[in-house]
Amino acid sequence: MTTDIINILMSGIFYASTLFLLAAGLQLVFGVQKIFNLACGSLYALGAYTGVAFVERFNDWGLPPKLSLFPLVLAGMALFFIGIIIERGLLKFVYDRDESFQLLLTFAVVLMIEDVIRFIWGTSPKSTSGIYLVYGQVHVLGAVIPVYNLIVIFSSLVIAALIGYMLTRTRFGRIIRATADDREMGEALGVNMKIVYVKVFTLGTVLGTLGGALVIPTTAAMTEMGVELIVMAFAVVVIGGLGSMKGAFFGAMVVGILRSFAIATFPEVELLLIYLIVIGVLVFKPEGIFGGSRA
Amino acid sequence: MKDNNDRGAGSEFDGSVAALILRPRTWLLLAGILCFIAIPRMGNQYVTYLILTFFGYGVALLGLNLLFGYTGLLSFGHALFFSVGAYTVSYLTAKFAIPYMEVGIVGAIVVAVVIAAAIGAICVRYIKIYFALLMLAFGMLFYSFLIKFYYITGGDEGMPVHRPQLLGFDLSSLAKMDFLTGWYYYYVLAVFLIATWGMWRIVSSHFGLALKAVRDNPEKAYYLGIDVRQYRWYAFIISGAYAAVGGALVAPVIGNVDPTLTYWTHSGTLVFMTLLGGFTNFIGPLLGGLVYIFLQDWIMSLLHYWRFVFGAILAFIVIVAPGGLTGAIELVVNRYRRNRETS
Repeated sequence: MTTDIINILMSGIFYASTLFLLAAGLQLVFGVQKIFNLACGSLYALGAYTGVAFVERFNDWGLPPKLSLFPLVLAGMALFFIGIIIERGLLKFVYDRDESFQLLLTFAVVLMIEDVIRFIWGTSPKSTSGIYLVYGQVHVLGAVIPVYNLIVIFSSLVIAALIGYMLTRTRFGRIIRATADDREMGEALGVNMKIVYVKVFTLGTVLGTLGGALVIPTTAAMTEMGVELIVMAFAVVVIGGLGSMKGAFFGAMVVGILRSFAIATFPEVELLLIYLIVIGVLVFKPEGIFGGSRA
Repeated sequence: MKDNNDRGAGSEFDGSVAALILRPRTWLLLAGILCFIAIPRMGNQYVTYLILTFFGYGVALLGLNLLFGYTGLLSFGHALFFSVGAYTVSYLTAKFAIPYMEVGIVGAIVVAVVIAAAIGAICVRYIKIYFALLMLAFGMLFYSFLIKFYYITGGDEGMPVHRPQLLGFDLSSLAKMDFLTGWYYYYVLAVFLIATWGMWRIVSSHFGLALKAVRDNPEKAYYLGIDVRQYRWYAFIISGAYAAVGGALVAPVIGNVDPTLTYWTHSGTLVFMTLLGGFTNFIGPLLGGLVYIFLQDWIMSLLHYWRFVFGAILAFIVIVAPGGLTGAIELVVNRYRRNRETS
């Protein structure tokens, strides 16, 4: 019994950390730029594919598989330029436009990234061969937990802490929060909004690609993952509250643990249950559980 | 929608009957209808088939644009109603063995109105991005229902659609393509024309005018005595019913309904079509649907990466030409007129 509960909890927390990595970028971008980035799932997918490619190259060089975490992080970081391309190439034209158009523009990015992935990596699923098992397993009260899952959980906690530190303790974080509250006042006080927006969107992009790269050893990268993941990310940010980092964390925990309990008990209701909660939140508290409180 | 306030959607149709007859647009419209009637006789079955698909989507797009173009609410989950219509026809023809298309269409409307009334009561309390996202959530809720409750819905394999009888005539002896591009084509064309005429009446009525007022300035509309939420709710229900009729018409064409009809990307496709043609114009979404279907077919035959091309087209429209094709045509026509007046 305890074994079951630990299994469910651990897989729930693991899933929650992958969701947090997925949703953190979405939240940051929405919080500051007020754009709901439908492409966040696609960026995550892009990170995953690049992660696989980097790990393969790494293994070809005969380097020890236990160090695979290094190429994965590198893959996530290396994709920062995608953020700059999307922000400077597309988004900068629509900041003053209706939200509906901003949403549609990110939908266009979803379509494009999906085919970029098809073009580079083809349509068959890709996975990192076996580095998931290289790290071994630990036994806790009879439950078997892969160490890599713990690494993912730990990394997402580290990333959450880093974002928290950046937002509350650094100059750039203060500027971001000020911009999120009042763009015009920020501009009037001499903040270069253009640069802030590029930085924020690039940071949001890297959060997504890094998440994808870190999580990919536990699963396989597929072309459809971009459009599928956005559905979960969406649930997370709505439950937590749009634009709030705490919300992303809280929402990810709710969705992750609920999903893992649902799969263990009534698998039919998995997504249904999550979406009923989403709609409940939107109806009764549309600003989300943590909405309104910044950072 | 702020950029387009000055160009009231559909306003070009507001003239009297005499003015209408004198306009080149009227003749274009007649020519278009004659073309549609003539197309199955021209021998290209595949083109006929694509246009048949377009009629179904066209009806759905008219509904979507009542909400988007006229009321100012972008729904990112309208595929929900589309698939409600399609599943209703599938249920009636395959499970209940009621093979009448008329029953299918009426059934789709009834089911969609009930669902839209319930969902709409919640959704119309929100506008802008929250409305779009709430609709996305409802669409995905229905999607997961279709996927998971396979003993009711057939799961991810979906359900078959049996060939319906048209106006009580049993046409099951015909080959599939002959049925679709023959009698069924004309049947759907008739429904499409009736639906278009109906929507035109709606948008050029006082009700349509009130919706535009709600879109442009909700506060002002409210002080002028329009119950804003009530009107949004009515528009939502009509819009859902139209999307369901579209889905019902497409169901026998695809022959098998499955949950991907409800997926959020399908909703995105519907919005894409609307924007491609231009949401500020009554016939914009129809033109967009037609162009989208043929363009997709053409690009898919040329290269594998049609999504990229379509993504680029969508980005271009959003950034450069939010009025879509009809917006661009209007611009050209207006410039031509102005040149002629000044010279």
